[in-house]
Amino acid sequence: MKLTRRSFFSVLSILGWFPASFAIAKPEEAELAIAKITGGKSIQAGRVKLIIPPLVENGNLVVMRVQVESPMTPTNYVSKIHVVAEGNPLPNMVTFYLGPRAGRADVTTRVRIADSQRVWALAEMNDGSFWQGYAETVVTLSACTENI
Amino acid sequence: MSRTSRTIVTIPSTARQGEVIEIRAIAQHDMESGFRHTERGQLVPRDIIRRMVCLYNGIEIFSTDLQPAVGANPLFIFTTIAQESGMIECRWTGDNDYSATSSALLTVA
Repeated sequence: MKLTRRSFFSVLSILGWFPASFAIAKPEEAELAIAKITGGKSIQAGRVKLIIPPLVENGNLVVMRVQVESPMTPTNYVSKIHVVAEGNPLPNMVTFYLGPRAGRADVTTRVRIADSQRVWALAEMNDGSFWQGYAETVVTLSACTENI
Repeated sequence: MSRTSRTIVTIPSTARQGEVIEIRAIAQHDMESGFRHTERGQLVPRDIIRRMVCLYNGIEIFSTDLQPAVGANPLFIFTTIAQESGMIECRWTGDNDYSATSSALLTVA
């Protein structure tokens, strides 16, 4: 195919348009997402341990582990765990629903991380209280926004 | 027509009563995020698994809501207390009528 000057520039304009079409979640958006989850309730720091590697080479598959300190008895257990990212296109990453039959509040999965950022984990207890923890990570090759 | 793919649930085959066992549930899925573009600038539509539920003898013990942030071939490792012998079954549902079921047998001594 012969590439004319005009078609070259039209392609450029399409390419240049991409970054504008990505609304990367800002810390404020993450805050908003967290407020939506908690419904405005206060969140206490602690009890939640989020483990992601501090340096990630490829953000497409990052092993993430969340542990919450809880006896996990029928009267005192973790009911939900929310994971919220500050720098992903969507702040909500994943939600886990647990119960007293889990035995331990310890879940591992693999997530995509778009950029070097802080990731929050929120644990909702059966009494309605919220606890949070976070992890910082540096990503060299980011996920989500590449072309195919 | 519903779509499906390979899914595996891995658990220890035997456990003592009251023991906390680890369940690993993995599904083969691209988890197309809906944020990627082709070279021509067309948005690749989102196609992900939305939900995974795990049942122990028919009672829900764990479930999860998935977002595009979950990586391809989603794997979940979680725990449960071995109570009685029976079946641990995981069900996945997602976009474009995706559904899959996988189970494993547990013997409680």
